Amino acid sequence: MALTNDIIREKLTEKFGDALTDWQEPYGMLTFTAPKELNLKILQHLYDDETLGFRFLTDLQAVHFPDRKGEELCVVYHLHNMRDNVRIRFKVYTDIQSPDVFSATSLYQTANWMERETYDFFGVNFIGHPNLIRVLNVDEMDYFPLRKEYPVEDQTRIDKDDEMFGRGTY
Amino acid sequence: MSRPVQFNNTVKFQGIPEGYMGEGFMATNFEKVVSLARKNSIWPLPFATSCCGIEFMATMASHYDLARFGSERVGFSPRQCDLLMVMGTIAKKMGPVLKQVYLQMAEPRWVMAVGACASSGGIFDSYSVLQGIDQVIPVDVYVPGCPPRPEAILDGFMKIQELVDKEGLRRRNSDQYRDLLAGYGIQ
Repeated sequence: MALTNDIIREKLTEKFGDALTDWQEPYGMLTFTAPKELNLKILQHLYDDETLGFRFLTDLQAVHFPDRKGEELCVVYHLHNMRDNVRIRFKVYTDIQSPDVFSATSLYQTANWMERETYDFFGVNFIGHPNLIRVLNVDEMDYFPLRKEYPVEDQTRIDKDDEMFGRGTY
Repeated sequence: MSRPVQFNNTVKFQGIPEGYMGEGFMATNFEKVVSLARKNSIWPLPFATSCCGIEFMATMASHYDLARFGSERVGFSPRQCDLLMVMGTIAKKMGPVLKQVYLQMAEPRWVMAVGACASSGGIFDSYSVLQGIDQVIPVDVYVPGCPPRPEAILDGFMKIQELVDKEGLRRRNSDQYRDLLAGYGIQ
């Protein structure tokens, strides 16, 4: 029997109850939200369960929502069940003042660089990560550039006229 | 009977520098001889990071043929090359690498910034991109374009040849040159 979204949802609710919220299926991809304390337990359950079998972490990244007070940073996990070719995604939210999320490196080696990248751009502090340092940006960088309060443009430039780039003061 | 196809019938020779000539000898200005040799045997070092590098490949290949200007030999070791051709977006993380490559080149050395990104950061007005390589190394010729056509790269190359031709033998020992390098924190 093919693994459908309904079965996955049923299985997860059976195990975690009402902790998982905000169930959606945009473009047929099952998506839900979990408390950040549960992220490793959910990953482990999705990995271990015979029926679920989500054993490939395709992607891991963060999103910054400045308007969601108290849960500004959202860490998103994309998982793939290779046997049934089913993908799901779940999100955990965390306060930007204490952006601590448990690291998935003990379960997935592939999370190592993806968590470093997420730390690099959003400053999510992955607890238990073996080597949480910048991976793409210069080491001297003293901020997290993809947080919304920082403009994307280079602030050290001196020779570029804002009006020529379509963002002048009209 | 003449052959139906003629090859190489438009070969251009470099002029002989002004001087006093007799049977079996010639006396001329040493600087002129050196610059004649230098400008027609520039070894370029391509530092290609993106699309401008593709244009350079076309420039190097048979159709546009950079070899016509005495640059048949494209070197991939900075220690052997005279001209650093920086083609493409240079990320801030690449900046120190580029500077290291420049430092490894022996004097006299020239630098050409090919394309908008190498010259000014181009469209990438971003926290991660170097806003022009002249922030880390001195540049002799800027080639505009996004990317520039091979003709433009050749034009820039000929400008380099002009600079090499006109450069005095003592320029690299001058105080101005030392100050220029000091401005980039070199030596």
